[in-house]
Amino acid sequence: MAQVITSQEFDSKVLQATGPVLVDFFATWCGPCKMLAPVLDEVANEVAGKAAVYKVDIDQSLDLAQRYGIMSVPTLMVFEGGQVKRTAMGAQPKANVLALLD
Amino acid sequence: MLAAFFLKERGRAMIDERTELDVAVVGSGPAGMTAALYAARAGLSVAVFERMGPGGQMTQTERLDNYPGFAEGVDAFELSFAMASQAERFGAERVPDEVVDLNVDAVKKLLTCASGVQYSARAVIVATGAEPRELGVSGEAELRGRGVSYCATCDGGFFRGKVAVVVGGGNTAVGDALYLSRICEKVYVVHRRDSFRADALYLNALSELSNVELVLNSTVEAIRSTTDGEVPMPHVESILVRDRNTGDERVVNTDAVFIAVGTNPRSNVLKAAGVALNEAGYAIAGESGATNVPGVFVAGDVREKPLRQVITAASDGANAATAAFEYLNLD
Repeated sequence: MAQVITSQEFDSKVLQATGPVLVDFFATWCGPCKMLAPVLDEVANEVAGKAAVYKVDIDQSLDLAQRYGIMSVPTLMVFEGGQVKRTAMGAQPKANVLALLD
Repeated sequence: MLAAFFLKERGRAMIDERTELDVAVVGSGPAGMTAALYAARAGLSVAVFERMGPGGQMTQTERLDNYPGFAEGVDAFELSFAMASQAERFGAERVPDEVVDLNVDAVKKLLTCASGVQYSARAVIVATGAEPRELGVSGEAELRGRGVSYCATCDGGFFRGKVAVVVGGGNTAVGDALYLSRICEKVYVVHRRDSFRADALYLNALSELSNVELVLNSTVEAIRSTTDGEVPMPHVESILVRDRNTGDERVVNTDAVFIAVGTNPRSNVLKAAGVALNEAGYAIAGESGATNVPGVFVAGDVREKPLRQVITAASDGANAATAAFEYLNLD
């Protein structure tokens, strides 16, 4: 399962992580986000041990959404060493999500 | 003889690449899920191959008000999830893998998934739907997610109290404009013709809004960006609009551009199988969904037809499943 994290957890779980971290900026009211949810859960299981997968609810963590200039949901970002390495907009099939982490 | 029912343990798919399915359904929108429901209820072994979670394009709709049986309207995602559960209740399996190739020989249809796993089926129903068409202007690709969007209900909320442009003239475009008019300070609708294809009900509602301005007979020539303002990354600043009658160009300042200029079919799998497509790429098939390739059927938006709605997709699914059942019984 891809766990939902708060702004307070973001620094330790994402920015200070040793491995790559995939973050899904989503909203509870967004249809394509719901379509993406089962895909992310699968990816989280598949990459467990190599990379982490977290979700950020943009309405609960408005500060994070603003910091990363989120203007579309879902937005996927891959963080490495605290930096955004790759970004993808919109719901994606599993192969595309896995490719973001490659 | 039809293959026996699957022995199904709750929550665990029992099919693997050794299983020969009676029917493989490609796509998990309303057409695919209805096809799976009807095929499963007819006693066929069925798997639905899902590129993503269920719903397809209908999840981009805020609320469905024209799907019969829901007097107060229905949440599009709830409906798509209910369709998936209903198909599962009668034994349809759901495989979370995208079909990327379909190889058809005399009796067997071989489906190759993105994971590399292959499945075989005696009949295939392709319900891969369609995706939003791009405008094809400069700035569009670069600014996607930075003001350029193809989903007003997803991204409209980011432009509360701001200015938005909707491009297009069909039901989706006008529906988007109505939705955005409740959120945004001002909404422009840019349409290349002088009249709309959208339903009268939508157009009447649109004409009553004081914050919507129509820019007719006009095309968007470019989408321009800035790094000024709240967002430090490049984001939409304005569009360049050309009047098709006079040739005059003008700049419209806006924070967002919502593009609703129709859809393109997702017909790669059909192409691979040798299914005949029309000029626009939609599969040529009648109401039964039968294509020129025996045993390959189509349902939903990927089929050539006059009206693309959730209900016509569902109807297609029922027809295609029935035609597949007849095809397998003649086998």
